[in-house]
Amino acid sequence: MSSILKTYNLSVGYYLNRGKAKILHRNIDLELFRGEITCLLGPNGSGKSTLIRTFSGFQPALTGELQIVGRPINQYKAIELAKVLGVVLTEHPVVGNMSVFSMVAFGRSPYTGFLGQLSKTDKLIIKKAMQNAGIQDLQNRQFHSLSDGEKQKVFIAKALAQETPLMFLDEPTAFLDFPSKVEILQLLRTSAWEQDKAVLLSTHDLNLALQFADKIWLMGQEKPIVTGIPEDLVLSGKFGSYFDHKNISFDKTIGTFTFDASTKQAIVVHGQNLKLDWLRKALHRKGYRVLNTKDKDSSVIEFSLDIEKENFELKSDQSSMAFQNIEDLMIFLDEMKFQKTK
Amino acid sequence: MTISTNDISKDNGHYWIKMGIIVLLGAIFFILNIAMGSVFIPVKEFFKIIFGMGSENPAWSSIVINSRFPQAVTALLAGAALGAGGLMMQTLFRNPLAGPSVLGVSSGASLGVAIMILFVSVPVGNINMFSQLAGNFSIVLAAIAGAVLVLLLIGMLAGRFKNNTVVLVMGIMIAYAVSAIVGVLQFYSLKEDLQTFVMWGLGSFANVSSNQLRHFTFVIIIGLLLTLMFSKPLNALLLGENYAQNLGVNTKKIRIILILITGLLTAVVTAYCGPIAFLGLAVPHLSRNFFKTSNHLINIPGVILIGGLMALICNLIARLPGYDGALPINAITSIMGAPVVIWIIIKRTDFRADV
Repeated sequence: MSSILKTYNLSVGYYLNRGKAKILHRNIDLELFRGEITCLLGPNGSGKSTLIRTFSGFQPALTGELQIVGRPINQYKAIELAKVLGVVLTEHPVVGNMSVFSMVAFGRSPYTGFLGQLSKTDKLIIKKAMQNAGIQDLQNRQFHSLSDGEKQKVFIAKALAQETPLMFLDEPTAFLDFPSKVEILQLLRTSAWEQDKAVLLSTHDLNLALQFADKIWLMGQEKPIVTGIPEDLVLSGKFGSYFDHKNISFDKTIGTFTFDASTKQAIVVHGQNLKLDWLRKALHRKGYRVLNTKDKDSSVIEFSLDIEKENFELKSDQSSMAFQNIEDLMIFLDEMKFQKTK
Repeated sequence: MTISTNDISKDNGHYWIKMGIIVLLGAIFFILNIAMGSVFIPVKEFFKIIFGMGSENPAWSSIVINSRFPQAVTALLAGAALGAGGLMMQTLFRNPLAGPSVLGVSSGASLGVAIMILFVSVPVGNINMFSQLAGNFSIVLAAIAGAVLVLLLIGMLAGRFKNNTVVLVMGIMIAYAVSAIVGVLQFYSLKEDLQTFVMWGLGSFANVSSNQLRHFTFVIIIGLLLTLMFSKPLNALLLGENYAQNLGVNTKKIRIILILITGLLTAVVTAYCGPIAFLGLAVPHLSRNFFKTSNHLINIPGVILIGGLMALICNLIARLPGYDGALPINAITSIMGAPVVIWIIIKRTDFRADV
């Protein structure tokens, strides 16, 4: 598989006043492949946007080379680059009196003539792009009247109509509600897989990225960029290491970030069930330290879950109690703790 | 898959009808501009004179050919040029309140003119000779230089400060500073020069003689045609500079070209007619609201037609008191333009919106 974008010893950053360069990342050697969706992850200020801006040709690389389809990016004219890479930026422009159709039609701009008149083929491509993005019903709506998620889809449709092998999106899932986030990622994945595009997007939705990305690029301040498929990065612990931060840590077993807020006593839980997973989450949320086996500390509450039964059972050395749901159990635990401190 | 291109062609249909309405109104006001005034000229006579058949009254013929016809054409072209300049500025700076008079471009042109009239003291015999002065090539060039200089400055600021309000305030400050320099020049200038300059500053479409009209028309039409040629990149710029670049627009080059065209249009009008307030700011909004689109392919012809129409209306109102050139054009355009600005602010809660 040959790459469509390749960097050689690239340095990205920006120029400060008086011509001094601030390098955010150096010695970058990365590749993007067609038919893959790549998620760029990293905390704020790690240089995700700078990398995407450099890839898009909005700002020059400080040193090194960036090749797109085997040709250095600075050898492209603006109009040539427009046919190779399409971008979707974080902020949507505020345009009054513009229909969704006209907005998507901008994607044909690199191909149309002097006055930008659309040919029949152009109109077909625009329709197709709107259909793929699932916004064909919105085509006569005014762009400014759309919701954030719909606007995002309009710009993705614009990028699709641009018919570029590369697509860069800067935080396309920011400010969206959860279903819209998933929809956008599904749309991007379909575009990458079915239209053989190389899609690169930055995002803060780590859990979604783990589920949708073919490749993940991890960025951090003062850290080299690490790449790989999601599962490998999780197992090697790299995924966690780029986001570990005081009380936050990545729990490999459950595949989510946990907030280390254990303030209360430890609880041992047994059983194997969906209910157990959620019980663990609930206990963790309430600040209990959840253990799998009993350790030397005898003051630990032992908790076992009977798979056969509907109820949750709380066992201690002396007695056992059953609860209808997690909420009741939590109330009981809180009261027990209250009495102890008294 | 059904391709509903019908709705789009239907759109084009209603654009043509709307354009037709404005052309019709423009023609009516053009004729009224020539017919009405201190001397009323019957419409029939007017057509006779225009088509070179002469008139029963030679005085009428003289008034039409030497005074009212050039004035009406000047108003038409000046309004069109200011509208186009305002539209380009609003798109370029992504600011609904941008306009030649607001961002100090007219002031820049005024500075050029002031330096020529007051400082270099381009010889002027008296005010009656003013029309010769206005035709003076050096003054037009100085006006263009001043306008482009201010535009470049604003362009730099707009590139650096993304906040529209900041750029707007800076533009107004530049306008003040430039006006202050003009004030200083006025302080040190001769009485006669000063009078010439003040008269020029009030604004008038009557200062272009039949001879100069040819040059004026030529330059303005070139400028307007150039504007039309850049409707595609102007449309792309509606999405902001980055999107425009990603759509294949060489934004740096286009920016400079648009600034030069805007400078040319605004400065030539300012040099010949004085700094005309508000027209350039208000006309693009009237066009966008009338045609209900942000597409420059529609709005450029739109601002040309509406700008011409508005200027003709203003010119007619200015002459209502009964004798030629009675009221300064600026008084009329301000009275009509200021409410438009207030309307824009009331209507748009989002200051960045609707360019």
